[in-house]
Amino acid sequence: MKKLLELFLVFARIGAFTFGGGYAMLPLLQKEIVDKRGWATDEELVDYYAIGQCTPGIIAVNTATFIGYKQKGIPGVIFATFGIVFPSLVIITTIAAFFVDFQKFAIVNHAFGGIRVVVVALITDAIIKLWKKSVKDWVGIIVFAISFLAIVFLDISPIVIIIASAALGIIIKHRRMDAQ
Amino acid sequence: MIYIKLLLTFFKIGLFSFGGGYAMIPMIEREIVEANGWIDSKEFVDIIAISEMTPGPIAVNSATYVGYKAAGLFGGLFATVGVILPSLILILIISHFFFKFKEHPKVKSIFNGIRPVIAGLIFGAAVFVAETSIFNGELSSLLSSKFNPLQYINWTSLLIFGATFFCLWKYKWHPILVIALSGTVGVILFYLGLVN
Repeated sequence: MKKLLELFLVFARIGAFTFGGGYAMLPLLQKEIVDKRGWATDEELVDYYAIGQCTPGIIAVNTATFIGYKQKGIPGVIFATFGIVFPSLVIITTIAAFFVDFQKFAIVNHAFGGIRVVVVALITDAIIKLWKKSVKDWVGIIVFAISFLAIVFLDISPIVIIIASAALGIIIKHRRMDAQ
Repeated sequence: MIYIKLLLTFFKIGLFSFGGGYAMIPMIEREIVEANGWIDSKEFVDIIAISEMTPGPIAVNSATYVGYKAAGLFGGLFATVGVILPSLILILIISHFFFKFKEHPKVKSIFNGIRPVIAGLIFGAAVFVAETSIFNGELSSLLSSKFNPLQYINWTSLLIFGATFFCLWKYKWHPILVIALSGTVGVILFYLGLVN
């Protein structure tokens, strides 16, 4: 029960401070899940994102489900998932119930403006931490560069890039095994 | 019964949208504004703005908001449960197999192949946020002949970015501390007249 409560609280904390979508959640996951609690490795987090990109649904919920399941099975899934949506439920219900034109308040806008700038710093820092564990050789560097350029400049669907590189992963593995 | 209808509609939204919050917006609009008329299109734009500015997944935020507007407190709850259920069920099944087979050599080489892609996509996400916070407009304007770095870069934001990045990287500040501080700094700078 103590672990379940911890799952709920950790994911509620992550949900309360995730601005700007699933990828912006990564730094919080690294700190709370990997560094502090060892519930997953950096590599596993990246793998959850990979699976999340290829399946429908919400990346934050996908990640909570993975970690909840790994830690405590189905009850863990329920507590972790409820945790990640709990802040949204409270904050959004409060806004919907009591505030008209919330998005036009100057104070909210400027707080949000400040947060958007540091979200970039947070994600950049997260990438540097992931770099050594994800990009291991020159093939990795090329794949990284192609994926980045494809998503920023060409607007190609991430699923296509992921499936192509999964195939590449298998081919390279076979080549190396043949070479040995 | 509206609760069941909200649950089923948002279940459908959760089930058929790939690629996270922003990719879900057109689908939410079609189901909520056009098919069911729970809110009008002007209100929908406001809801998306609010969902982006508040913490938490955009899909969950907008589900809670629309559900509340359509049917009160329980409406929000049912819509939220609906939108997360597809992720929950699918990933539950996948994680069962993932943890069983992740040490299998084939599975390992697949994920080894994918990891650099995810790093690239995440870096892409950082650029998307930067385009509207540190820079003025899309990165592809770099390629334009009229490109002017003095106008393209928002220097106050760049300074904040640099300082925050240094604290994160060198002093390992907690992301929550950084987010709370930056929100406060954003408001203070505005009242000091340093940003508009």
